[in-house]
Amino acid sequence: MKHSILLHEIDDDVGVAVADLKKGASAGAVTLEGKPAGSVKLRDNVPLGHKVALRDLAKDKPVIKYGRQIGKAVQAIAKGGHVHTHNLKTMRWSI
Amino acid sequence: MIQPNQLKLTGYRRPDGRFGIRNHVIILPVDDISNAAAEGVARLIKGTMALPHPYGRLQFGEDFDLTFGTLAGIGRNPNVAAVVVICIEPKWSDLIVKEIAKTGKPVAGFAIERSGDLKTIEAASRKAMEFVQYATELQRVPFPVKQLCLSTKCGESDTTSGLAANPTVGRAFERLLAAGATLIFGETTELTGGEDIVASRCIRPKDRALFQAMFDDYQKLIESQGVDLMGSQPTEGNIRGGLTTIEEKAMGNIQKIGRCKIASVLKPAEEPKGPGLHFMDSSSAAAEMVTLCAAAGSVAHFFPTGQGNIIGNPVLPVIKLSGNPLTVKTMSEHIDVDLTGILRLEMNLDQAADAALRCLEHTINGRFTAAEALRHDEFVLTKLYRSA
Repeated sequence: MKHSILLHEIDDDVGVAVADLKKGASAGAVTLEGKPAGSVKLRDNVPLGHKVALRDLAKDKPVIKYGRQIGKAVQAIAKGGHVHTHNLKTMRWSI
Repeated sequence: MIQPNQLKLTGYRRPDGRFGIRNHVIILPVDDISNAAAEGVARLIKGTMALPHPYGRLQFGEDFDLTFGTLAGIGRNPNVAAVVVICIEPKWSDLIVKEIAKTGKPVAGFAIERSGDLKTIEAASRKAMEFVQYATELQRVPFPVKQLCLSTKCGESDTTSGLAANPTVGRAFERLLAAGATLIFGETTELTGGEDIVASRCIRPKDRALFQAMFDDYQKLIESQGVDLMGSQPTEGNIRGGLTTIEEKAMGNIQKIGRCKIASVLKPAEEPKGPGLHFMDSSSAAAEMVTLCAAAGSVAHFFPTGQGNIIGNPVLPVIKLSGNPLTVKTMSEHIDVDLTGILRLEMNLDQAADAALRCLEHTINGRFTAAEALRHDEFVLTKLYRSA
């Protein structure tokens, strides 16, 4: 297994770690069809199943996965960073 | 690539022409206080199964209709050969018996008032014994995939669900739909963020409008409670598995229907009227949703899971599929179809759908699923609001 990040669509902002990934390591990303999508240097430890930013994401910008907006960044997220509840929030159900 | 028509399926032909893949004789209490008698009968007569539950008294309106519709639907399910109905008052057991009798299968009702538990248990046991001897004489016969009613719902989802197990079910559903099967999915709130995709798949505008109304209704309920469902949708298990927002979870969820179009929109527990993919308004809580699928007549269920939801159902065999290597390793006894090869890119989605269809074939022909072997018999009614 050469890749360690999988993504749904080639232009997605985030991909999914398919193993526990260590900060500082280099991680190759591919689509489900096996199309290479570059690589990132990890800025955080990212557990299996958690998301990694594949590019720098600006604060308040929608984050794209499945080619769709899955929420917005509530702080700037650097390429290779862990993307989860601390920096990504839903754009629905905002009371 | 396995096509559903190549599968050799056998089942029990019921008097209404539908096919079941299990041959249960169930003892169905209409209300909570009849559970003891129902369980008494099931302990006495081999081959019967009681379905205790906590409701059935002083319900009214839509909530009453759903409880009684679910109970009748469970009795009508083709996996059920015959039914003994037990209730405190004869009026309510008659109502359920009448609905089940429309299928032509053997059914009898017993009321506890003016008899007591012990006399009721004796009379109901004699009938249950007769039903078991009827059911155990029935033989499996081959049936075509177009006679199959199958449902899906995912649970304890994580990001691997959207990458692996859910799109596997989506591929399998595309093939089953083309082969003329009847398919059910639902989970209304969990489509939030992908509801436009589901709406766009409805073939008829009236179904699109109905779906949108059901969806909006749930959104209003959530807003009326002054909450954002964070912690519930996504659940703590989802979050642990890497899912962050409801939009992300919804996009993973709808992978289960692949590119299928939607033939109709159903109320909770409503039986589909023909083949095709049907959306059923339902909660995303696993045991509630699977029970509603069983009430709607589904005879087998694909249940993709990420973090490892262990749910089963007493009448509806639940097939678990997972692509999460940690779950498959640590909870192996719960997983029927190992899809971890997808994450390693050693298995593509078409191969994964083959594995799912092969497991479906074995399950249909009588092999117990993991949930069946582990006695996961969760029978959970959906309660809409407080009783009177």
